[in-house]
Amino acid sequence: MKAARGMSRRDFVVTTLAVGGGLALGFSFPKNDAERAALAARLSGRPWESLSGKGDVEVGPWLMIAPDDTVTIRVGQSEMGQGVITSCAKMVAEELECDWAKVRAEYVSVNRHFRENKVYKRLVTTSSSSVRLGRPYLQQAGASARERLMAAAAQTWSVPRSELTVRDGLITHKLTGRTLRYGEVAEKAAAIKLPTEPKIKTPDQYTLLKKPTKLLDTPLKVDGSATYGIDVRLPGMVYAAVKASPVFQGKVRSYNADVVKNRPGVHSVVEFSGEEIEAGIAVVADSYWHARTALDAMPIEWDEGTHGSDSSEEFFRSSRATLDEPGAKVVTRKGDPEAVLKNTSQVVEAIYEVPYLDHTVMEPFNCTAQVTSNRVDIWVGSQDPENAAIDASKVTGVPVENVYLHNCFLGGGFGRRGNQDDVRQAVTIAKQLGGRPVKVTWSREETTRHGYYRPMRVSRFRAALGADGMPVAWTTRVVGMDENYPGDEQVLRGLHKLPYFVPHQLFDYHLRKTHVPTGPWTSVGRSQNEFFLETFVDELAHAAGKDPYEYRRALLEANVEFPFAKGWIDVLGAVREKSAWGQKLPVGTGMGIAIGDSRRLSRTEITICAVVATVSVTQKGEVRVERFDVAMDTGPFLVNPLAAERQVEMQVAMGLAAVLRQEITIEKGRVVQANFDTYPLLRPTEIPEIKVHFVRATDDPIAGMGEEAIGWVAPAVCNAIFAATGKRVRSLPLKNHDLSWT
Amino acid sequence: MLSLRVNRKTYNLDVEPETPLLWVIRDTIGLTGTKFGCGMALCGACTVHLNGKPVRSCVTRVSQAVGQEITTIEGLSANAQHPAQIAWREGDVPECGYCQSGQIMAAAALLAKNPNPTDVDIQREITNLCRCGTYLRIRQAIHRAAELAAKP
Repeated sequence: MKAARGMSRRDFVVTTLAVGGGLALGFSFPKNDAERAALAARLSGRPWESLSGKGDVEVGPWLMIAPDDTVTIRVGQSEMGQGVITSCAKMVAEELECDWAKVRAEYVSVNRHFRENKVYKRLVTTSSSSVRLGRPYLQQAGASARERLMAAAAQTWSVPRSELTVRDGLITHKLTGRTLRYGEVAEKAAAIKLPTEPKIKTPDQYTLLKKPTKLLDTPLKVDGSATYGIDVRLPGMVYAAVKASPVFQGKVRSYNADVVKNRPGVHSVVEFSGEEIEAGIAVVADSYWHARTALDAMPIEWDEGTHGSDSSEEFFRSSRATLDEPGAKVVTRKGDPEAVLKNTSQVVEAIYEVPYLDHTVMEPFNCTAQVTSNRVDIWVGSQDPENAAIDASKVTGVPVENVYLHNCFLGGGFGRRGNQDDVRQAVTIAKQLGGRPVKVTWSREETTRHGYYRPMRVSRFRAALGADGMPVAWTTRVVGMDENYPGDEQVLRGLHKLPYFVPHQLFDYHLRKTHVPTGPWTSVGRSQNEFFLETFVDELAHAAGKDPYEYRRALLEANVEFPFAKGWIDVLGAVREKSAWGQKLPVGTGMGIAIGDSRRLSRTEITICAVVATVSVTQKGEVRVERFDVAMDTGPFLVNPLAAERQVEMQVAMGLAAVLRQEITIEKGRVVQANFDTYPLLRPTEIPEIKVHFVRATDDPIAGMGEEAIGWVAPAVCNAIFAATGKRVRSLPLKNHDLSWT
Repeated sequence: MLSLRVNRKTYNLDVEPETPLLWVIRDTIGLTGTKFGCGMALCGACTVHLNGKPVRSCVTRVSQAVGQEITTIEGLSANAQHPAQIAWREGDVPECGYCQSGQIMAAAALLAKNPNPTDVDIQREITNLCRCGTYLRIRQAIHRAAELAAKP
């Protein structure tokens, strides 16, 4: 729907007269330093643009080889700080047997993916899947290219392939000593079809993988040249500032575009709404600031719909009430836990609660789009460019083969940048602008108030302890609120198979809905349950008068049906040793332990992680996390130990921020928090000493590293607070608790 | 019209004097290395130098910057060879990287006035936020940059 004022045809005159030297608009950066240029040239600041140059030859869709042996490897996953560009390129290079120093990387073409029958397999970056799921086909792409290059050399020399060896892209015929470089045979290799695909290496054969590798994106992120979605600039581009209905699922009732139409730079006012698009208003102008200030000045009346008086306080109240409602869906039942609970004298019961959480990506939400009758272009940092392109096609009616999504660097993702709401909204706005490209930028407040939040959740745990203090019966009931994604599984994760030995068990759950949008938040649904479970085990240990480490260990050793018990015990032992668990600590300081394996219903892979938090609490109740020890199972290999270590550090910081102060609350149907003052990130002074200890505890490849530590930050910190103060924390964040002690 | 010195170049710009410097740098001039994070001087992603001193450009009116030498991440050094940038690369400090322009500008300003900052100095002076929690690596990189700068 177009606003009262139509699109003006005038062009913007931006007078930027450079004195002495001229002004390069856009992405200029100094690049005459040879070393730096060499590094930077391995990845473009605009990663969606192909590095392809004259002479580059494609040997399969995943890579190009240049006459000078430079290898350009295509990456289908999105870089948001996890080092995925480097990791994906390494998995191809491992098999290619090329010189890593000559490897460049670029994003795959999302458009080609659609035009060539999903040639790049999967263009989504979530749930630690890039290595877990990508490794087989990326290794295969490298191996296949290698064998084609070898076959080309064999053909050139008329010798059997078996007489050839290769190292760092140099093919050698052992018998004659002749050599050919990849760059010399690439053209011929491109035409070769292999009769059978080569076998890929097993982890014990890796040479490049396993080693720490410097990250290809680092140089671009220290000189301002890494282009995030919010940095995109296009000829003729206009800027939009947006306000979506503050009450979710509301509508625009009225607005007065006349108030802003004469403000400087203002172009038009555009209304947007649609399927899975929060209805709202955009002001389009010649700069973001003009758009934003005009939007702020424009009166908008909202139809709040039916949720204008909803609150998270009420959601919690009804969740607690739901704990006692009949009809819970049963996931696990063993023995007769209710009867045992009734007949046991020592029963421990606890109710736990966690709030909605926002992802708080550092780069405010944004998307740039250009829509014409037969083509859509999108520039955005997306964790799911495939579905983003599909959504853009749906919104515009332009076939997906004519959608060009240019994936940019992501200023944080954490699951937030895979919902495509940014793309649906921007395309809806762009299609009303007559083919003009528009950059839609959300304010920080809009970014906070229109998230897809980690669901709030309430649970009740009960356990009957035997004479030896060990649990004989255990019931868990979870009430998941507005668990829209991905259905029930989110509520069950981490609790569906108890790792600890308990003869009588029941786990069931209720699901209730609210109007608040929810989505995956680093670790996708598990982090809530991990807080519940590992806090409760701690409560049992203390009720039994036992050391929390020893208690867990005993429960694992007793659980003969648990296939990962040995790995768990190893990782738990590692963190105990590295953290010097049990050491004498000053009064007001305590250690808390937690462990888990990132289990999910839908997959067999796990990553075992155990953590110890060392926390001090002042008598006034101020919490300081002093140190965080993380022991992580690596399985047989890590694709890039450097990236893995950083990912663990990120999770500790993100987890701590949530534990200390973060919560999204709802009042009058809308989000209360807005900016970093009300939804605070971890401050630099609050980062603890973080010690990451990699342990090989299992033989199968692990689930991943992107989200396998975060869940245990909260229980470890809260268990440490109990050890320090005797105060048990059963709801988060800590800022809502009085932790003072005497 | 208003005249601005950015990275040793002069720009004559048709912008309202109350416009935040951030948006002039990003939208009008087109230097996008300086980031928008919060708009309230809470995060520091928009940190630039005014005559060598760090300011949060999202709350600095462009008129306040007239007559001063403005430096952005793009102009911090000729070839990204400022000791902080070298140290940042050595330590692979950035994760998502979005806050890092601001972090480096804050660090460079600190190093200029205090060539050998202690951990306490760093904690007091560098208040920029990082969602990825790279604070420990930032601290190490600042020490390393001090070391690099001290080398003859």
